[in-house]
Amino acid sequence: MNISVTKTGLSALCLSLVLAGCSSTPVEETMSDIEDTTVQTVEVEMEAEATAVEEAPVEPTMSAATVFYFDFDKALLKTESRAALVEHAAFLMDNPRSIRLEGHADERGTREYNMALGESRGNAVKEFLVLQGVSPSMIEVISYGEEQAASFGSSDAAWSMNRRVELK
Amino acid sequence: MLFRLLVTTKTFHSIAVVMVLVFTPVAAWGELVIRVTQGNDKPTIIAVAPMSTNGIQVLEDISAIVESDLLRSGLFKIIPRQNMLAFPQNADDVYYRDWRLLGSEYLVVGGLKDSEGKIELSFSLLDVTSQKTVFKHRVTGTEAQIRDLAHLVSDKVYKEITGIRGIFSTRLAYVTAELNDDKFIYRLNVSDSDGAREQLVLESTQPIMSPSWSPKGDELAYVSFETGRPAIWRQRLVGGQRIQLTNFSGLNGAPSWAPDGNKLALVLSKDGNPEIYLLDLTSNKLSRLTRHFAIDTEPTWTPDGKSLLFTSDRGGTPQIYKLTIASKVVERITFKGNYNARPSLAPDGRTLVVVHRESSVFHIATLDLKTGRMLELTETRLDESPTVAPNGAMLIYATKQGGRGVLSAVSLDAGVKYFLPAKIGDVREPAWSPFLR
Repeated sequence: MNISVTKTGLSALCLSLVLAGCSSTPVEETMSDIEDTTVQTVEVEMEAEATAVEEAPVEPTMSAATVFYFDFDKALLKTESRAALVEHAAFLMDNPRSIRLEGHADERGTREYNMALGESRGNAVKEFLVLQGVSPSMIEVISYGEEQAASFGSSDAAWSMNRRVELK
Repeated sequence: MLFRLLVTTKTFHSIAVVMVLVFTPVAAWGELVIRVTQGNDKPTIIAVAPMSTNGIQVLEDISAIVESDLLRSGLFKIIPRQNMLAFPQNADDVYYRDWRLLGSEYLVVGGLKDSEGKIELSFSLLDVTSQKTVFKHRVTGTEAQIRDLAHLVSDKVYKEITGIRGIFSTRLAYVTAELNDDKFIYRLNVSDSDGAREQLVLESTQPIMSPSWSPKGDELAYVSFETGRPAIWRQRLVGGQRIQLTNFSGLNGAPSWAPDGNKLALVLSKDGNPEIYLLDLTSNKLSRLTRHFAIDTEPTWTPDGKSLLFTSDRGGTPQIYKLTIASKVVERITFKGNYNARPSLAPDGRTLVVVHRESSVFHIATLDLKTGRMLELTETRLDESPTVAPNGAMLIYATKQGGRGVLSAVSLDAGVKYFLPAKIGDVREPAWSPFLR
């Protein structure tokens, strides 16, 4: 009996081929369709760090809130959001610029449904601003669904911080 | 050949960096470690004798991989190696009495030999009770394919004993998010179905979502935010070539590859609210399938490719609806519970898998479309993104454990459960590949 199977990590193996075909055949036949492709090592350079640039705000600033919160599975603007949005609308009409409304959801529920929910929330804010006189062409709504939480954790407090629209 | 693409895209307020990698491993084996937490009531007892290497240097324990595969299916109980009295290499060397005393119903034996520079693995399945060879089989591969050879052994043994095609040679795609200096790095990875041999497909500083396999298993469609907006891409796994398929304002999401491989169902909100569309991948022609002011999303195909199931809140809460593509007729499918979403169908076309909310907890549940019986499969919370194995025996889903996203598996009868915990970051959105060979 000759047992010498070694049980080690397989980084060495990992460096060579991966998705070549490989199939089983009945006895007395061997597979002929295996290809051995060599894959080279990759140097992971984080060029991001070298090129990342923080964009400085160039617009006049204002003090009104820029984050607006929502109830679970709802896209209705809360009463307390309105005053700040009225201020933003007035400011945008005096200082026109393109804005971006980023809609978000908490982690509960499915990811693509939450994408739709985040967009509904963004649209609710957009519609309010348009009613105040802001040109719809200046507003872009982007939903991030539950992909970019503002607060981590699975508590009611964290979730309430994550159901939001950010005006940027 | 290595192919790498670094795309730097200026977005509204940030810079997205995207890296495409062609199946280049990022970490050594074992990113996902599997623990079986629950098994079947009446497992088949099997012994897998250590394969004799006959002097060939291999870096993997083939029999251990086979044992782990069979154990993970939940349908087998494995005779521990230390209890074995001998390690026979072929049927002639087997003393059946020894194996019967260990309680084993089946025995797998085998050995390696060199075959023109490749490794040839001959193996047999023996029925201990009747003392007969069930089959003898041979597979050949390179040293780098040792795990593939082991999974082929598992597939063959599993099929012979259970009558069901094995999924040990299939793969998983999934997304991870790792917090790095206050910023997330999102990665789309592909691994073997046991979590081994993880490979990076795409890395980005912006979210990656909703991977969907092409029916041949050679491409993935997914959503990437790298341009500062969600867009649907398709990418070849070998070679890494990728194409941006959509660039509409609003949602570009939930791609789902049609069974014929020529179309994608997807979600766009360019006309005001989320609707299901069909994209012909040959002509790039887009056709709209739903027309409703509510949310319509998460399309998935019926196995015959004639209908789509999708999530809609047109009835007030998210529920599953069926759309017949030819007639555009829509009918509601789910009624129990106030939240049923993210549908997918088992290969039998009869078992519908959904994310189901019962008293504010999200579970994975199945609905038998014939009997209307609903079965909750999971008892963890925040369960989502179920993906059914191509043989319909198991599904993998995403859940939370200790505040972290992990993947978990459960059989469609809820009898077998295991976790695939990751070592780094949040793991989410698993997508089980089709059969690959």
